[in-house]
Amino acid sequence: MVMFAPPTWPRFHLLLSHLSDKGFSQPLFFLLISSSSPIRSLVSSMSERRFCQEDDCSSLLSRLGSDSPRPRMKFGGMFCNVEGAFENKTLNFESFSPQTQRRRTAPTQTGGQDGGDAATGRTMVFPSGTTRESYGKREGDRLIIKGGKIVNDDQSFYADIYIEDGTVRQIGENLIIPPGVKTVDAYGQLVIPGGIDANTNLHVPQKGLNPADDFYQGTRAALCGGTTTIIDHVLVEPGVSLLSAFDQSRETAEQRACCDFSFHLDITRWHEGLYEELETLVKDQGVNSFLFFMAYKDKYQSSDSQLYEAFGVLRDLGAIAQVHAENGDIIDEEQKKLLSLGITGPEGHVLSHPEEVETEAVYRAITIAKQANCPLYITKVMSKSAADVIAKARKKGIVVYGEPITASLATDGSQYWSKDWATAAAFVMSPPINPDPSTPQYLTSLLACGDLQVTSSAQASFSTAQKAVGKDDFTLIPEGTNGIEERLSVVWDRAVSTGKMDENEFVAVTSTNAAKLFNIYPRKGRIAVGSDADIVIWNPKEMKTVSATTHNLTVEVNILEGLEFRGVPTVVISGGQVVVEDGKLSVTEGSGRFVPRKAFPDFVYRRIKARSKMAEARGVPRGNYDGPVHDVISMTKSVPPTPTTRGPTCPKIVTGPRNLHQSGFTLAGAQIDDHIPRRSTQRIVAPPGGRSNITSLS
Amino acid sequence: MSDCRRQWNREDELPVYLAGPISSGPNQRKSYGMFSSVEGAFDSKTIDFDSYAVGRKGSRTPRSRSRERILDSGDPVEKTPGDAREGSQTNSTGEIDGTGTGAEVQFAEEENLPGKDGRLLIKGGRVVNDDQSFYADVFIEDGLIMQVGENLVAPAGVKVIEANGRMIIPGGIDVNTCLMKPYLDTQPVDDFLQGTKAALAGGTTMIIDHVTPQPEGSLLEAFERWQEAADKKACCDYSLHVDIPKWNETVKDELEMLVQDKGVNSFQVFMAYNDLYQMTDSELYAALSFLKELGAVVLVHAENGDLVAKEQRKILGMGITGPEGHPLSHPEELEAEAVFRAITLGNRVNCPVYITKVMSKSAADTIAQARRKGSVVFGEPITASLATDGSHYWSKNWAKAAAYVTSPPLSPDPTTLDHLHTLLACGDLQVVGSSHCAYSTSQKAIGRDDFTLIPEGVNGVEERMGFVWDKAVAMGKMDENQFVAVTSTNAAKIFNLYPRKGRIAAGSDADIVIWDPDSVKTITAKLQQSAAEYNIFEGLECRGGPALVLSQGQIVYEGGKLQVQQGTGRFIPRKPFPDFAYQRVKFRNQVKNSQGVTRGMYDGPVYEVPSMPKYITPSPSAKTSPTSHQPPPIRNLHQSNFSLSGAQIDDNVPRRSGHRIVAPPGGRSNITSLG
Repeated sequence: MVMFAPPTWPRFHLLLSHLSDKGFSQPLFFLLISSSSPIRSLVSSMSERRFCQEDDCSSLLSRLGSDSPRPRMKFGGMFCNVEGAFENKTLNFESFSPQTQRRRTAPTQTGGQDGGDAATGRTMVFPSGTTRESYGKREGDRLIIKGGKIVNDDQSFYADIYIEDGTVRQIGENLIIPPGVKTVDAYGQLVIPGGIDANTNLHVPQKGLNPADDFYQGTRAALCGGTTTIIDHVLVEPGVSLLSAFDQSRETAEQRACCDFSFHLDITRWHEGLYEELETLVKDQGVNSFLFFMAYKDKYQSSDSQLYEAFGVLRDLGAIAQVHAENGDIIDEEQKKLLSLGITGPEGHVLSHPEEVETEAVYRAITIAKQANCPLYITKVMSKSAADVIAKARKKGIVVYGEPITASLATDGSQYWSKDWATAAAFVMSPPINPDPSTPQYLTSLLACGDLQVTSSAQASFSTAQKAVGKDDFTLIPEGTNGIEERLSVVWDRAVSTGKMDENEFVAVTSTNAAKLFNIYPRKGRIAVGSDADIVIWNPKEMKTVSATTHNLTVEVNILEGLEFRGVPTVVISGGQVVVEDGKLSVTEGSGRFVPRKAFPDFVYRRIKARSKMAEARGVPRGNYDGPVHDVISMTKSVPPTPTTRGPTCPKIVTGPRNLHQSGFTLAGAQIDDHIPRRSTQRIVAPPGGRSNITSLS
Repeated sequence: MSDCRRQWNREDELPVYLAGPISSGPNQRKSYGMFSSVEGAFDSKTIDFDSYAVGRKGSRTPRSRSRERILDSGDPVEKTPGDAREGSQTNSTGEIDGTGTGAEVQFAEEENLPGKDGRLLIKGGRVVNDDQSFYADVFIEDGLIMQVGENLVAPAGVKVIEANGRMIIPGGIDVNTCLMKPYLDTQPVDDFLQGTKAALAGGTTMIIDHVTPQPEGSLLEAFERWQEAADKKACCDYSLHVDIPKWNETVKDELEMLVQDKGVNSFQVFMAYNDLYQMTDSELYAALSFLKELGAVVLVHAENGDLVAKEQRKILGMGITGPEGHPLSHPEELEAEAVFRAITLGNRVNCPVYITKVMSKSAADTIAQARRKGSVVFGEPITASLATDGSHYWSKNWAKAAAYVTSPPLSPDPTTLDHLHTLLACGDLQVVGSSHCAYSTSQKAIGRDDFTLIPEGVNGVEERMGFVWDKAVAMGKMDENQFVAVTSTNAAKIFNLYPRKGRIAAGSDADIVIWDPDSVKTITAKLQQSAAEYNIFEGLECRGGPALVLSQGQIVYEGGKLQVQQGTGRFIPRKPFPDFAYQRVKFRNQVKNSQGVTRGMYDGPVYEVPSMPKYITPSPSAKTSPTSHQPPPIRNLHQSNFSLSGAQIDDNVPRRSGHRIVAPPGGRSNITSLG
């Protein structure tokens, strides 16, 4: 979009100078200037922001050159202030990424046509999409949001929004709408896309304990805080089928969730046999992100080899790899050490999970992902050094994304040393909240400059009684903190109201980036014609104090207790329904829909695809080496008795000097191989067979 | 005989200079003042060994003294050195005081040493130590430096070497050679004889070789084998690192023995060589913890073995079998990652970590950054990474390409060597090794159809000092003192050989090099001492080289000619807890005690952990259920409850064995093997 700005501006100047040359009066000149100045400031502010985070949006920008932008250019440039200008700013779904188009053919096509018609301002009867109709309850629910300032991740503008059937139907001024439509007043407030919380654990049991806040409680809290979509984790215990775990979670969520949801799958034990299930999940079930653990030794932890293999598979499937990055081996040892020192309280948790251990694992994960050429998403960035590692890797061009969470942005880990056990235990999560009090500010700064991209909550709340399972041993405390409800307010208060971030960037980190990464953009994460009507009306001035007595979760302790945050949602619309208004929550259990996500998100995979093509290594064509070859005779030390009986015959076959060496070598190969499993005998006997074997492994 | 000799050696190496009374040192120094320009000023600058390192005395003196005496009594043949030492032990104070004032060599011991001809005087040279350079004469007797001072007058019959203003530097110490590292059934073509000859020809008077035991083999046995071979063949002093191929309980005893009795204070662990030597992070943590208690320096071969194995398979699968597959399958990132991980482990355990073979910029930067954050970590670039780059892997000549194969590989980035020299000059990297491990072309050809089988190793022991001079000092990056530090003194300090080695001072070993900064020579395999057919530095020009090399007071190299005697090298034992590495660690140990919070007991409700119906398999629940009924108190109830559910989850995880909770060490070793 920036790219349009330079050409239009000089033209504008030319025009102006031309007019003045012709002797036009001053007033007219001023009129021109004044009418263009808002646009000018808009353009300049946007270009600045775009450039600073250019790297993570490169795939977006690159689109402008090729196939997709054609329809946009038709209307005469991005910022023409003629009639119908605003329609161009809403995304044209059809031109957007072939994958999404194919998948959502029926609904998007109607939406796209509607959008085009709406541009001319006619009233229409909207044929509702089949998928929506099946839910029934959204039929005929019509809304108009009046007078607000629409804030997307790229720009803000004043317009009204007409919503019907859970979809944004029209955006513009002076919309002509059917009678009897409910009006939501947004004067003086911001209208932002509903938040997307990319990391919640509402249904992940830990050590046999189910979270105190399940899909119902959790999504209620999410909606109250302005989050309208969650991506929850499905933890697949080792040995359990991925598909059945997924189905079970989806079923539960469909019954209980009050807002739209999607799923990440947590793979606790990687093996080759998972490939088929993964393929099914990615291609048919709409899951495109999988989490691996580098921590939880002996339980969920994956080795480097496993990660490498898994990342390779995910890359081929077009999914995103996520890691819980902590060095489980070191943690395990540190835990034992601390317990043996007699430290059993929650402070042992933070002592046994030092920052370095997180940083090391982040570094390693990035290295592995780079080798496997797979996009990587680091969940729960909790420390400065881990964030730095991500930022540096991004500067080197590695496709990696970092996700700080509500807790790491809002508070520090000093409470682990609280005298009150229940308070201290409430903070227990992995990686722990950093005791360094400057961490939240630092992470906010990186978030603002684009080095970190997504905010989430890592919501996993356990009641004090549940936490008390570990009252005598901190390693048994179930890990998890709240944060689903406070997330948007925290980001607004810490980043926007302090001047680190603008409102567009706020939308990006709370909603749009997550939508792009996980390929639900522009259905979610944007206010545009055809997008889902997940909209929040945001009051940036109001203050709210967090307290466990007033929050919407069931847990007794809120880790942000007593903190005051500026910026609250006044109205929340989820799927076209007003669910929060005047502080009142009205939700229907089970109204949330599963949002499937397609593989190969453009935001992530454009670069990966290009690199896969580039990465082909080539050998050096050489003549055969025909010099002497050292005869590897059987090693007396380590040769097991059996192969030697077979062996000695080989080197005695003397047909020529070359064959002598070859046969001598074959013998030795077989014997060495007995110790080293990866060097298989077939390779030397029949190289092509051996090699194809190897290929299938990598 | 070799046994006998070795014993003699051992007593010989006993620290003469450390055995004296503790109190004498500092007083003596003060009386002269540090920088007094009066006569005898230089003597006070030479280190007073008696006053050196208080901490070490306690552990060292009593033992060395007693053993020495025992050995002396049992060994009538070689009486003299023992006697001399005994003498210096008892009345060392007086003697040293005497030398301090004298401008003339003292012959107090001459009566005791009739017929000794190992006396030498190097006149008119500039002594270059790591801290300063000064003009002085050096008097050598009995393989030791007796005196360093101006205008020493040579007594009759003493050979005088005119240095003519050239630099006199401590002999180089090459801390990383593999002269006996077996590969399959072959051994490097440069054994202890060839290797040490090459070392001496390059100005290196001491090597520390790697003992590489077989994964199942005993460390002690391997150590003995190495020592025996070296005693027979080595021409210069040597010491030994021991590689730990596998971490288990039996290794611990052997390690303790090696540290306590055998004089080994450094052990190498591997993060690479999947399925062979590689250790998991847990094992590394355990190994580092244990070695730290012993006071040893941990050498780390830092490469991510898991990923290397994967990459190798991938590259082979693509049909690349030549040596270029080696750098392709060992990308720089994997080295940097492992270095980062090793440092993290070192920090957590609070153990000094020494990264062997720093081959890439990013690995070196990682070390530099960690040092900036206060980690106790040392980095060792090698001759190859300091003098050439990895572009030759793509050579059309297979033999040439294969000659460069080493792990981690030479970085194909041609700017690497400059960068490494810069870091070396500013102290971010500390030691220059060679990783000399020369295989002949026919041995390398074992892997002609598969690069993973090419034995890994490059030459460099001979060229080491020359290239550091050429690329760093002659370019103005480094001064001569820093040159001495990185080629000799730092290594001596880290591995606790200092000040016996790595310094020209009275009492130090007479391992001395007269360095000629202007000599220019072109490296070629034809003229090298090494037996390998290929020299990876072939054709490179190198400024600077040794003009004369003294090892143990004997001239072994002069004017391009080598005169060595096989088996003259002595084993130099090294004590644990080198100050250079361990002082900080000791203080951190005291500071780093984590403490818990004293709170009242939590008396709120506690959630009853239900048994999870999903994951229960019938058999284990029957096994574990009795335990859950046993405990009467509330606290135990919860604990047992948990172990029930834990045990049940375990049953689904094959690699986690049920006895982890029952007996952790057994469970861990099980996991290890899966790696």
